[in-house]
Amino acid sequence: MTPTTTTTTLDIGEAKRRRAEARWRYARDTCVLWRRNRLMVVGTAIIAGLLLVTAVAPLLATHSPYEQVLADRLLAPSGKYLFGTDGLGRDIYSRVVYGARITLTIALLVAAISAPIGVLVGILSGYLGGVVDEILMRLADVFLAFPRLILAIAFAAALGPGVENAIIAIAIALWPSYARLARAETLNVKNNDYIQAMRVLGAGKMRIMVGHIMPLTLSSIIVRMSLDMGTIILTAAGLGFLGLGAQPPMPEWGLMVSDGRQFLVDQWWVSTLPGVAILVVVMGFNLLGDGIRDVLDPRQRQA
Amino acid sequence: MARYLLRRLVTLTITIVGIMVMTFFTSLVIPLDPLASLAGPQASPETVERLRTLYGFDQPLYVQFGRYVARLGRGDLGVSFQTSRPVLRDILTYFPATLELATFAILLGICVGIPLGVLSAVYRNRAIDQFCRLLSLVGVSTPVFWLGLVLMLVFYFKLGWLPEPGRLNIMLLEPTRITGVLLFDSAIAWDWDVFADALKHLVLPASVLGLVGVAGISRITRSSMLDVLSQEYVKTARIKGLSEFLVVTRHALRNALVPTVTVIGLTYGLLLEGSVLTETIFSWPGLGRYMANAFLTLDLNTIVGGTMFVALTFCLVNLIVDLAYAYLNPKITYTES
Repeated sequence: MTPTTTTTTLDIGEAKRRRAEARWRYARDTCVLWRRNRLMVVGTAIIAGLLLVTAVAPLLATHSPYEQVLADRLLAPSGKYLFGTDGLGRDIYSRVVYGARITLTIALLVAAISAPIGVLVGILSGYLGGVVDEILMRLADVFLAFPRLILAIAFAAALGPGVENAIIAIAIALWPSYARLARAETLNVKNNDYIQAMRVLGAGKMRIMVGHIMPLTLSSIIVRMSLDMGTIILTAAGLGFLGLGAQPPMPEWGLMVSDGRQFLVDQWWVSTLPGVAILVVVMGFNLLGDGIRDVLDPRQRQA
Repeated sequence: MARYLLRRLVTLTITIVGIMVMTFFTSLVIPLDPLASLAGPQASPETVERLRTLYGFDQPLYVQFGRYVARLGRGDLGVSFQTSRPVLRDILTYFPATLELATFAILLGICVGIPLGVLSAVYRNRAIDQFCRLLSLVGVSTPVFWLGLVLMLVFYFKLGWLPEPGRLNIMLLEPTRITGVLLFDSAIAWDWDVFADALKHLVLPASVLGLVGVAGISRITRSSMLDVLSQEYVKTARIKGLSEFLVVTRHALRNALVPTVTVIGLTYGLLLEGSVLTETIFSWPGLGRYMANAFLTLDLNTIVGGTMFVALTFCLVNLIVDLAYAYLNPKITYTES
């Protein structure tokens, strides 16, 4: 019974010191794993770049994203217009820069709406079980019965085109996968000794679910969220492209690709350059997400 | 197996009822008044009223829902406001084109994805493996509508190697419609000009759509091959003195294909429905483009009917995949029941 005696002899200061040390070690390991994973470094750099561009968009942009100079329509990329100009004489480079804000906002808001709903439903379903579980999971099944893009398109059309509605539509299409995941995690931990101990101590269901089960589901939810970011951006851009997402004159990347279609043959830059922005950012999120999954994976940490 | 099947069928039925309820309510919350768009801006109030009665919009909700379910039971999805034809007939007209495209794309995904996955597992961390990982990364990160435009720009507009968007050159006569699948119909009619032209038209859209499949299939083949290659029975086969080729193809690949089959099935289901963007880009007269137009014009019956059809097909494909998986991997049956 040595471990028990050592813990009792620890004073609070010592315990705090040890905890800080463990956290420090964890952070250091994370850093080592991060550096070792070169692709993840690339992903991090891309996303850091995206955040930077979003923050200082007005400084980076050379023109207003909305200003139309009809005399300068459809100019090829040059020193004055880095990515050329579109059919209304707007600077594509500046529009791509400002578009980063829209893309990031969409991705973050969708995640911020769908993940909490999914976690809530999943934990309720997994912890309470029985009829609640059956109803909530059948509901999730109905949503999962539709291909995600079709579901998002259907809701976007039903709610009316626009960026806000596109965000809601994608979030509606996405929550069931978080619910499934949170439910599985809850089932995993709900009969563990420490949860039983809480129950014996008289903690209410609410308290156990929010205070003790939810934190345990978070790491896998975060991994899934980071892996989903790319899909969210692609879906949002697809909606914009179809005319069901962001509306003109907003500098949304999918919408810009669609706008340039009519000039594809002679003015390739109008359509293709905003598409490259989508590709790079989605790739960044995918690399980062893969990396986060690997770094948080306990098996990788052992090695 | 029978019990597992029964259980799956029960949940499937519940899901289908749920889909009906959901499509019905989606049609209710669509903000535009379909009658207004149907009657046109100059219609008199009486005309709108007549149409309202004609289409049953004046009845209470539960009556409308009851009618809706009864209609679905008869296979009647209503009349499309756009084409003024029954929605089901429209769907059956457009679906073969989608089927042809998705099938071609999944075949491409299988033929490229599986060998690529096997090679990159066998030559782990070598050049082919890096290439495979890069390809699957690009595959999941590329916006399909953008890729479609770029490929069209290069191979059609600039190089002229591949034909214009669409299914068939307008100078060619479509073969007598038997299945609606052009390659099949033209082959039956012995019309090889049409066959060749249809094939050429398939290349670009199928490649764009197939890239998603290649990414997913090569990824899963690689990881399950890596799993299998470290198993004892593979070691045994090697110790027995079998050639590496036999070990990989006979002993490892067969077992590694179980999860791959699942992914292929699910991807096929997605390709069947997920072609909205690809079909829009390539003016492919399939279900995806039909649906996209319906969503843009708020063609209510088409949206509801088409979504129903898509969801049911998707459920069916998922069911088949699950059954195939249970068949290939008997362990799943016991854990489920």
